[in-house]
Amino acid sequence: MRQVIIIGSGPAGYTAAIYAARANFKPLVIASSVEAGGELMNTTEVENFPGFPEGIMGPELMMKMQEQAEKFGAEILMDDVVSLELAGDVKRVTTGGGQTFEALSVIFATGSANRKLGLPDEDRLSGHGVSWCATCDGFFFRQKTVAIVGGGDSAMEEANFLTRFADKVYVIHRSETLRASKIMQDRAMANPKIEFLWNSTIDSLNGAESLTGVTIKNTVTGDLSEVELQGLFIAIGNDPRTQLIHGQLDLAPEGTVAVKGRTSKTNLTGVFAAGDVVDPTYRQAVTAAASGTVAALDAEHYLQSLPAELLAQAENN
Amino acid sequence: MSAAPAVTDASFDADVLKSGKPVLVDFWAEWCGPCRAVGPILDQIRAEHGDKIEIVKLNVDENPQTAMTYQITSIPAMKVFVNGEVTKTIIGAKPKPALEHDLADYIG
Repeated sequence: MRQVIIIGSGPAGYTAAIYAARANFKPLVIASSVEAGGELMNTTEVENFPGFPEGIMGPELMMKMQEQAEKFGAEILMDDVVSLELAGDVKRVTTGGGQTFEALSVIFATGSANRKLGLPDEDRLSGHGVSWCATCDGFFFRQKTVAIVGGGDSAMEEANFLTRFADKVYVIHRSETLRASKIMQDRAMANPKIEFLWNSTIDSLNGAESLTGVTIKNTVTGDLSEVELQGLFIAIGNDPRTQLIHGQLDLAPEGTVAVKGRTSKTNLTGVFAAGDVVDPTYRQAVTAAASGTVAALDAEHYLQSLPAELLAQAENN
Repeated sequence: MSAAPAVTDASFDADVLKSGKPVLVDFWAEWCGPCRAVGPILDQIRAEHGDKIEIVKLNVDENPQTAMTYQITSIPAMKVFVNGEVTKTIIGAKPKPALEHDLADYIG
């Protein structure tokens, strides 16, 4: 049995692992088989993580976090959690590989998943012009016309990135104001290849074999118009990944895991949550890392409060 | 990334299209994080089922012709070729059980 299992390997999961490992709890991090490192693995330059004045590539930052956690004794497993039993003193975590691990505490840091547009042809055209990863797929749109849907920092960053390849990049946004930070907005607006389509939502995705265009609807006038393009990148936000804990952990009205006050404590003792899965508001690498710290410290405090014989069971394994 | 043998624009015809066995081609690139993640999973499938299906990788950056021929616009993309024809396309990195399910016709 383990003292602590951390589920997730973004900034929250790995930072929790660094703290828990330094506290000598030998955490097991179940990092996911194909999404280890989390959201930042699909980004380019991270310019707002303190300590890197020249910026750092997202994947490199995550590799360094992993390395730092391992250096202090965290064990990293590239597998996916398929089920959880979180009630009771001993928690059970089962993976896609068929292993079941027991632990006295669990830190749940599964992050969030890309939100879909919810249009009928979205799944059919995914991989055929519709993409969720500009850094992966931008390359295939050299001298093409593409669009990005969304108005946050991710959308601005991806729009700028896509201008390295595409001749023209539309930003389709539902209102007249962007959520993106000022610096990211200014950069996108100054880019001659980027054109904003304000007050616009996507009404339909068009194309038989692959995407040939979209129909957009003006949210003010209700008018429909066609935009011809070969690629559409979706960056309309994320939803907390909570399906594993439905029925076990309480959720907040926003759909994130509910935690008590400024702590990481969930409704179940010994179960802590951190990162984007608890945060409907800030959702930054730094806030997720900070939240991972809080969870590791809360878990440490909890473990220290347990009866000695229970702790001994974990320490002997 | 995967340790599978690499195929190229030049070798594609002989190594893939004229193969006597089903061949899964992993279209990948250095800059693609999900491609690097799915590589080791393909290696495991190759170790377990290499007798039934060849697994090879094609770097889309270095081999644009083949990537264009098969209209790759999203990676990782995995295509299974049987007698020179595409019989299965899988797009995006998936956990091993999901890939095994998608490939059940070939490795089952």
